[in-house]
Amino acid sequence: MDQLTHPDSASDISAVEVNRVSKIFAGEQEVRALDDVSVSIRRNEFFTLLGPSGCGKTTLLRLIAGFEPPTMGTLQLGGRNISRLPPNQRPINTVFQNYALFPHMSVAGNIAFGLEMLGKPKSEIAETVDRMLRLVQMEPLRNRRTSEISGGQQQRVALARALAPHPEVLLLDEPLSALDLKLRKEMQIELKRLQHETGITFIFVTHDQEEALTMSDRIAVMSAGRILQIGSPRDIYERPAERFVANFIGESNFLDAELTGNTVTLRAGGRFEVTVPDGVADGAVSVLIRPEHASLRAGEPTGKEIAAVIENIVYSGDATAVHLRLGTGELVKVRMANAPGSDDALPGLGGTVAMSFAPGAITVLKD
Amino acid sequence: MTDPARDAPTSKARGYSVRTLPGFAIVALFTFVVLYAPIMILVTYSFNAGTSLAIWEGFSLRWYQRAIANEQVQDAALRSLYLATVAASVGTVAATMAALATTRIRRFPGRTMIYALVNQPLMVPEIVTAVALLIVFAAVKVWTGHTSMIYLIVAHTAFCVPFAYLPIRARLETMDTSLEAAAADLYASRWQVFRRVTLPLMWPGIVAGLLLAFVISLDDVVITEFVKSAGQDTLPTYMLGQLRRVVTPEINAISTAILVAGAILVSLFFMLTMRKR
Repeated sequence: MDQLTHPDSASDISAVEVNRVSKIFAGEQEVRALDDVSVSIRRNEFFTLLGPSGCGKTTLLRLIAGFEPPTMGTLQLGGRNISRLPPNQRPINTVFQNYALFPHMSVAGNIAFGLEMLGKPKSEIAETVDRMLRLVQMEPLRNRRTSEISGGQQQRVALARALAPHPEVLLLDEPLSALDLKLRKEMQIELKRLQHETGITFIFVTHDQEEALTMSDRIAVMSAGRILQIGSPRDIYERPAERFVANFIGESNFLDAELTGNTVTLRAGGRFEVTVPDGVADGAVSVLIRPEHASLRAGEPTGKEIAAVIENIVYSGDATAVHLRLGTGELVKVRMANAPGSDDALPGLGGTVAMSFAPGAITVLKD
Repeated sequence: MTDPARDAPTSKARGYSVRTLPGFAIVALFTFVVLYAPIMILVTYSFNAGTSLAIWEGFSLRWYQRAIANEQVQDAALRSLYLATVAASVGTVAATMAALATTRIRRFPGRTMIYALVNQPLMVPEIVTAVALLIVFAAVKVWTGHTSMIYLIVAHTAFCVPFAYLPIRARLETMDTSLEAAAADLYASRWQVFRRVTLPLMWPGIVAGLLLAFVISLDDVVITEFVKSAGQDTLPTYMLGQLRRVVTPEINAISTAILVAGAILVSLFFMLTMRKR
């Protein structure tokens, strides 16, 4: 609604447009850190670059920040080519992985730094610093040295410092990795709140798939310098395009199958209607089944059910994981939420059960 | 009550402790005596009331009074301070630039060569540098007829550079470069990054380098002796000249004064470099 009332709203222009960017580090051994990457990040979006270490996600962030020039391709910010602009001329701020707070300045001094460099008037700087201190709940510690505050507090100061100049885009390089689990969970919620309150586009880098799923509007999954898939957390989790994506995010069962039209026949038995992704031809394919999308029942299989033998049962409080072997020798893991008294519903180890799948549980993979 | 956690490591470490090596204590004691006993004797006799360097005749400050009143000593002391101040300052600026170039520029071919070149005065015997400077400067003096302090200043500045360079480079290497990236990210120009982040953080290293260079210049004899023109004695070369004639405890008094000044400066240097980062 808001966008309709603003005729000059440029929401159709993406915040950051990465266009066919490659980054090659020359040296004794040439490293192709980014390989023909294109992505457009929308305004006010919480966008996450997710991938294992060395996948190029931090390199992409450094390119957007301006610390490295792209070897090929262009970067645009709000429709303007920024590929060759130095970092201090880009309205983009970064929260560094190690925070990189200035040790010779106070908490307030750190937050004021960007505004001072922009030449803002003193009164405006003081006002913004106060507002930022309130935003991250660091007012009582404003005159402390950054070495005198805890890791979680340093994290908040780093955030406030990067948000104070009100950048168009905020880059966050694994900012939560140094925090312990409880603090990390708190900061995840805090970050979402800050993004919502400030309306700034966040580009977040992480290797933690759970963090990416809980926080992001959209996720780009990266591997070996390429973006494999871009989509909402639900898209990425439920409809991964490739085996790597499925494997990297969540737990996965991969089964061999035969595709004919829009029907797959599992090697282990059973025919299922599926949505076939673009670029997948009839023939042998791999399909993905998430452990919680299958269910088990004691007894002989009928209809679309598949027979499986229980090899192991792992109880973990809220859920039970059952490891099964199919007639083809393939291993499958099934996770079932625990209800009161559900412990005697299945036979013990070595028992045979009937496995069935929820509609849409079978995803055909591209590779 | 025994604390096993505390006992265990010491009893284990005892086996490897150098203290148990035969003769360790004797060698250590001998070294300290050779190093410090002559200095203590020198200091003691600077307070001797008599003229002898060997017979104690009571406490007195007369040699200090004489040294202070001696116009040649005054002249040499002022020249030493002037020379050390100029040479250490110029040398430290050069060393700071060299340290920035060798730590803040992306690895370039020949960087190791630059390290070696900057550190040349630490590796080439001082007498060789002194003779080389003497020959070159003698030619320049004949050619230009110019005999001011500039030759001493140039020579001292040159050997001050490596001494200032080492602590400054050490400081820069321990500094996190992401701080400079963060400043640039927060709209600081290159100059502002240097002025607001790099310089304040490397400052203790610069002051340490300056102090070290100052002390090195202050007590240089060899190069000064070869390069100076007539009437350009520094305190050390004046003392050397005096030793060739008659030795009085006045020399002890001057030595003690230099010793105290040097000790203060070196202590400041260590305080700056050891300070918690």
